[in-house]
Amino acid sequence: MASGAVSGAGATGDAGLKAVARTKVRARNVSVFYGPKQALFDISLDMPEKTVTALIGPSGCGKSTFLRSINRMNDTIEGCRVEGEIDIDGEDINDRSIDPVLLRARVGMVFQKPNPFPKSIFDNVAYGARIHGLASTKKEMEAIVESSLERAGLWNEVKDRLNQPGTGLSGGQQQRLVIARAIAVNPEIILMDEPCSALDPIATAKIEELIDELRLNYCIVIVTHSMAQAARVSQQTAFFHMGKLVETGDTELIFTNPRDTRTQDYITGRFG
Amino acid sequence: MTEHTVRSFSADLEELSGDIARMGGLAEDALSDAIQSIATRDPLLAAGVVARDPQIDTMQVEIEKKILRLLALRQPLARDLRQTISGLKIAYELERIGDLAKSIAKRTKVLDGAEPTGAFKGVARMGRLVVAQLKRVLDAYSALETDAATSVWTRDEEVDEHYTSLFREVLTYMMEDPRMISSCTHLLFVAKNLERVGDHCTNIAEEVHFLVTGETLTTERPKVDVFTSK
Repeated sequence: MASGAVSGAGATGDAGLKAVARTKVRARNVSVFYGPKQALFDISLDMPEKTVTALIGPSGCGKSTFLRSINRMNDTIEGCRVEGEIDIDGEDINDRSIDPVLLRARVGMVFQKPNPFPKSIFDNVAYGARIHGLASTKKEMEAIVESSLERAGLWNEVKDRLNQPGTGLSGGQQQRLVIARAIAVNPEIILMDEPCSALDPIATAKIEELIDELRLNYCIVIVTHSMAQAARVSQQTAFFHMGKLVETGDTELIFTNPRDTRTQDYITGRFG
Repeated sequence: MTEHTVRSFSADLEELSGDIARMGGLAEDALSDAIQSIATRDPLLAAGVVARDPQIDTMQVEIEKKILRLLALRQPLARDLRQTISGLKIAYELERIGDLAKSIAKRTKVLDGAEPTGAFKGVARMGRLVVAQLKRVLDAYSALETDAATSVWTRDEEVDEHYTSLFREVLTYMMEDPRMISSCTHLLFVAKNLERVGDHCTNIAEEVHFLVTGETLTTERPKVDVFTSK
């Protein structure tokens, strides 16, 4: 568990999902710098497989920075430096032998604003699978597209118009299309950066439902500003404040009886 | 505790605590008047208790409405959530206490003209103890004092013991003089009602403890059973 942070999990002997799930992503003493400015301080956090971990905290607290360090998206930012260790299945992702492109196929990402490619619905989903050579025949590719859209809960809505542009879908559908695109390359981990903040309540409910289903197969890490959403979709919650991990534990405990007063103040709307 | 960023949320929670405290005050008055009316056989005082009971019932309905609104509009979390939920439960307990006070007061009429036996004194003594328990637990709620709440919780044993000894005492009065059976039976009901009030006080104490600490008082409270400890 996190060093220097309060851990609510296990304090009351809770034998939830988390206790049995194996750690998928292990972060140890992760610090991130943007030039001379330190954005993250010594973060240590275990993210188990088949579990949704929610990262919460006020804007600028470093939760998105932490999320981006899991698939080395911070590499693309000029002057950004990551210290410490992040392992996936015990393998250091910052090791020189790791190809960041292959890493990002294992660690899919969904952003706040849906970002479908200006291509057909079919090609949006097929894109990654094609680059990574996951299908050798047209039939195989069709199977991948169908199963991905199916798993993203979008198939029934788009099966008759796969050739139409993905950008023509509604916001909620676009977000599910992007999730289908992410799962088409068989990732192990899905990172979500405020995936519902641009969506209406119905579309949000569909994404949340989807997250709940995806959890059965993936390790999911989600950044959200909605406390209610974090409480609904996650099993583990980590509270970040000013670049530090303040408290982590079972979601239920964090939202009913947090240990740290800063967590208490944040989730009850007393600062931030 | 610091204020909410949305100040009206803090105001809502403060209003809830105030309502509970006021409702607690009404229940406390009802109970102590009811006991007084039995002890002094004062039908006027008893009638007042019965007449004021609807006030307590109305307050419970009002508090429930406000809590429903608070849950829908504010979606409270952590301690705010505990405060809201415990408010709901404490209001229920207070309403029950109000009903029991009314039912005690109602017996004043039938006890009017009864022989002043030691049983009356015993009931009055037990009544004072229970009123003190109620007062203490309401103070614990207002001050968010978990220690005071826990002490109410453990002291319920005293109330139970009182009830047991009163039960035996009243039984002997009835055996000595069958003409006392009627009044003594009523007094037994009064004592039983007081014992129930004591239980409601411990429930409130549990809520206060949960509100403050986020944990439930789980250990089994020592209980004295009147029918097995003869």
